[in-house]
Amino acid sequence: MNVPWAAGQVPRTQGIAQNDDVVRARQQVRGHAQQCKLSLVDQTKFITAASELARNTLVYGGGGEMRSGLVERDGRRGVAAVFEDSGPGIPDIELALTDGWTSGGGLGLGLSGARRLVDEFFLDTEAGRGTTVSIVKWSR
Amino acid sequence: MAKQDSKSDLAGLLSADRERVVDQWIDSVVGSLKGRISKAEVDRELRELYAALVEALVAGGEDARGDHLSETRALLTELSRNRARQGFTPSETAISVLALKRAFEPALRDGSAEDTDRYLRLSRILDDLALFTIETYTRTREEIISSQATQLMELSTPVVKLWDGVIAVPLVGTLDSARTQVVMEKLLQALVDTGSEQAIIDITGVPAVDTQVAQHLLKTIVAARLMGAECTVSGIRPQIAQTIVALGIEFGDIVTKATLADALQLALKKSGIDLVAHQGGGR
Ligand SMILES: Nc1ncnc2c1ncn2[C@@H]1O[C@H](COP(=O)(O)OP(=O)(O)OP(=O)(O)O)[C@@H](O)[C@H]1O
Ligand SMILES: [Mg+2]
Repeated sequence: MNVPWAAGQVPRTQGIAQNDDVVRARQQVRGHAQQCKLSLVDQTKFITAASELARNTLVYGGGGEMRSGLVERDGRRGVAAVFEDSGPGIPDIELALTDGWTSGGGLGLGLSGARRLVDEFFLDTEAGRGTTVSIVKWSR
Repeated sequence: MAKQDSKSDLAGLLSADRERVVDQWIDSVVGSLKGRISKAEVDRELRELYAALVEALVAGGEDARGDHLSETRALLTELSRNRARQGFTPSETAISVLALKRAFEPALRDGSAEDTDRYLRLSRILDDLALFTIETYTRTREEIISSQATQLMELSTPVVKLWDGVIAVPLVGTLDSARTQVVMEKLLQALVDTGSEQAIIDITGVPAVDTQVAQHLLKTIVAARLMGAECTVSGIRPQIAQTIVALGIEFGDIVTKATLADALQLALKKSGIDLVAHQGGGR
């Protein structure tokens, strides 16, 4: 999907190559969520979703990057983040989005939980090519 | 010009008028550091450096990364590390090398074209060495920062004894995997050390709980149980509670309380201690 970045805004990029980068990604997203004046609950939800996706990018995607910034559509403002890796991809999307399913040692709730925490969730993946996950939360 | 000549050439430039050049160099460096390092110290540092530089230029060519300059670089490494530790800026560090160029300028004014050429070649070497000090400086600062981060991680996770048999860990700030690990290990160790059977994990100061943090929490609680202790999680703020529910994390039969005070009261009760308000106690 094409993320509707707000006019005149260049999304900021954060590389995700190590554990500290997950914390950095979270902090960057927190800044954007505050900037677009999300409620405290929505901020926390969006930041937590970003935290999950950043860690998946690192752990399963073998690293990649996140772009985040403000978005705008039909006069509404929101915040978006796009996580991209060129790792192994997800062979079975439905399975990966099943609560509790993990190929590692996790709780298997990151991907499915992140989807519930945001307003828009796009998963674009191809086995052998990589994975891109885009999320948006609109300000109310 | 033969290569042999050019070597001795530069060493010659450094040796002629040596005392004046070194004195002026020392003065300008001392001035730039605004008395935060004693003149005696700078004097010692720079004279050593100068001697090493002259020796290197006598011995080898003009490649600033070459082996013959390894002694010079070792001295510069020490200088840069000291400056970084003492809180000087990168500029204040690099100036120790760059100021030497200025010391040669007076001689340049009425010198020959050959003098200018020698000065420029020396300049190039000094520029490279100045960059080297900045690199070393930066590396040292990074080491300092990462060791501080580790110390902070330890510092910011105190396990406190609230009562006989009751301990608590107040978690504050962003929990990354490494920190959560440290906290949890400390908590389990404290259970053993204090012989406590009640532990309270207070997350009032945690901005977000994701699946990884939750998993660490859950594992710790299970481990504590295996050790015969009971854990209560307190301070789950509304936004965190809603996020945990949306994520689908189940805390199962883990006891949670709104505040640390509530959790303490429960822990005391479980330890067989009743808190009784005295009559006339103002309540
Ligand atoms: N970027 C990715 N590239 C490849 N596979 C992925 C990626 N993201 C997720 N997956 C796959 O989807 C599965 C489910 O992901 P999810 O985040 O829900 O669970 P998890 O990471 O295993 O555990 P946790 O609950 O701790 O997040 C993963 O186990 C992994 O196999
Ligand atoms: Mg995950």
